Order: sequence, then structure tokens, then C-alpha cells
Amino acid sequence: MNTWFSQLKYLVIGTLFGIIFVKAEVISWFRIQEMFRLQSFHMYGVIGSAVMVGMLSVWLIKKFNIKTLDGETVVFHPKKFNKGQIYGGLLFGLGWAITGACPGPLFAQIGVGATVVAVTLLSAIAGTWVYGRFRDQLPH
Amino acid sequence: MTILEFLQQPWPWYIAGPLIGLTVPVLLLVGNKSFGISSSLRHICAACVPAKVPFFHYDWKKEAWNLFFVGGILLGGIIAGAVLANPAPVAVNPQLVTDLAPYGITDFHSLVPGQLFNWPALLSVRGLVMMVGGGFLVGFGTRYAGGCTSGHAIMGLSTLQWPSLVATICFMIGGFVMANLILPFILSL
Repeated sequence: MNTWFSQLKYLVIGTLFGIIFVKAEVISWFRIQEMFRLQSFHMYGVIGSAVMVGMLSVWLIKKFNIKTLDGETVVFHPKKFNKGQIYGGLLFGLGWAITGACPGPLFAQIGVGATVVAVTLLSAIAGTWVYGRFRDQLPH
Repeated sequence: MTILEFLQQPWPWYIAGPLIGLTVPVLLLVGNKSFGISSSLRHICAACVPAKVPFFHYDWKKEAWNLFFVGGILLGGIIAGAVLANPAPVAVNPQLVTDLAPYGITDFHSLVPGQLFNWPALLSVRGLVMMVGGGFLVGFGTRYAGGCTSGHAIMGLSTLQWPSLVATICFMIGGFVMANLILPFILSL
């Protein structure tokens, strides 16, 4: 099931997703600033309508027990609360407003030609590594 | 107006938002995958520098779909940037133009402001704080929180996970504090 070829569909979905990111300007540093300065409805509209469509889809999948293309039952992974969602969430929010990007948009920003964002991405990977390294010492 | 010209315009939120939301059922139905992007950073760590950190010792190859997905986002960025780019400047709120002018940010032609994010700026204090410091916070924070805007705000809220609501509220608080209270100082460095 995990052949390299079968993974290509995720490359295609990701590509379409990346195009939407760019065209909706959600990878724009300016749009992120507008959001956090309450100067534009755009980002709220994007995230809000995405959540609405996601919610409706999940509800339909559960309600009609819709199977995957391979006929499997769709699995949902419940999330457990820990304090990391507060501390980590606040830290990510700080970084989001500086870089104007969450992890997905970082990749798209590099794609549109802002090659220096590769440094930001490497730094984000380093941040992930440091979290993993000191995970046990951090409050959760 | 040709189709290309039509596609080159920025897309409004009510087109883009629902399309982004559709990623949730598409990934679920195509391969039983939960939408989430920041875990790709963890898989990269696990694949490249696992060291002796238990957090990075797992079968990342089982999660390789996630790396193909972000590879696609990069490719999508290249395609959109090369073929579908909006030739006009990013239309921003006039108040933001006024807010940013004192810091020398006057060019709104690209989605990523070239006056802030460029290779020579990496050698400046401001550039270093923004690109390296900001990136670190994104990577550290998302993993600490167990997800980012895709995993928590979209996938998590879509499945009514209250820890995701807590995380999303904290993302927003952090963003408001940075953009309004701290960023002005960073921009004037």
C-alpha cells in the first residue's frame, strides 16, 4: 500500500492545495498582518468557511458511514488536552505573526520564489527538533 | 477576459476557504489521512537527524504521504507563482500601508515582502530575528501544541475537538500580541 507510486496522489492533492494557498493570498505576510490588526475579513472568511466545509464533510462521513476509496471505515483520532496546546499555541501564534506563515504556507512561499524562506523553514525544522529533544523537561 | 486572466486574479475567501475545507474529506476518503501539515517537520527530523531523541524514533516512512503532500504545496507554489501570479500589487488595507511605511515597507508587489525577507537581510538583526527567530517559534510552537492551523484550526475544529479550540484561541492570542505589541519593536531594529 505504501509504494512510492501510491504516494503520488498526495503530491497532486498538495499541489492543488498549494495553488489555492497562493491564489487566496493566505501565504501573504500582508494578509496575516491585516488579520491580526483586524483590518480585513479575508483570513477570517477563509479559515471560517474552511472549518464550516470541514465540519459538514465530517458530519456527512459519520452520518452516512461513508467509506474510503479502498472501502475502509474512516478513522478519526481524538485529541487529548495537555497544557502544550496553550504554551505551544501561544508561541506558534507569535511566530505566525512574525513570519506571516504557518508550516504549510512556508513551503508555498518558497515555491513562489521567496527562496530565503528556506532559511525560515530550516529554522522551523530546528525548532521542532529542539522541542523533541527537550520534550520531557517542558510542562505539558 | 481569458480563463488565464480570470485565474490570475486573487481568489476571494468564499472560493478559497471552502476549497481548503474540502481537503479534509479528500484526504480522509482518498487514504484515511488526517489533515495536518506541521507533522511533516517532525518526519523530516525523524528522517534526517533523529539523534538519540525518542520523539524522533518511529517509522516515519509510514507517514511519508505527509512529505509528498508538502512537496506538492511547494510545487503548487511554483506553478501558481510562475503561471497564475497576480501582476498587480497585493491590495491591502490603507491603514496597513500607513502602519508599515515608517519601517520602510512600501512595496506591496509580492506576497512575501521583499523589503523584509531577502538574503542580504539575513545578516541584519531585524532579518535574523524575523526569519530565524520567527521560523523557530513556528516549528517549536506547532509541535509543542501538537499541530498548526491545519491540524488544529481546520481538522481539529471540523471534528469538534475541544483541545483544538483551545490551541486555535492561543494561536490567535499569540498573533494579536505579536502583530500589535511586539512586532513594531522588531520592525524598528
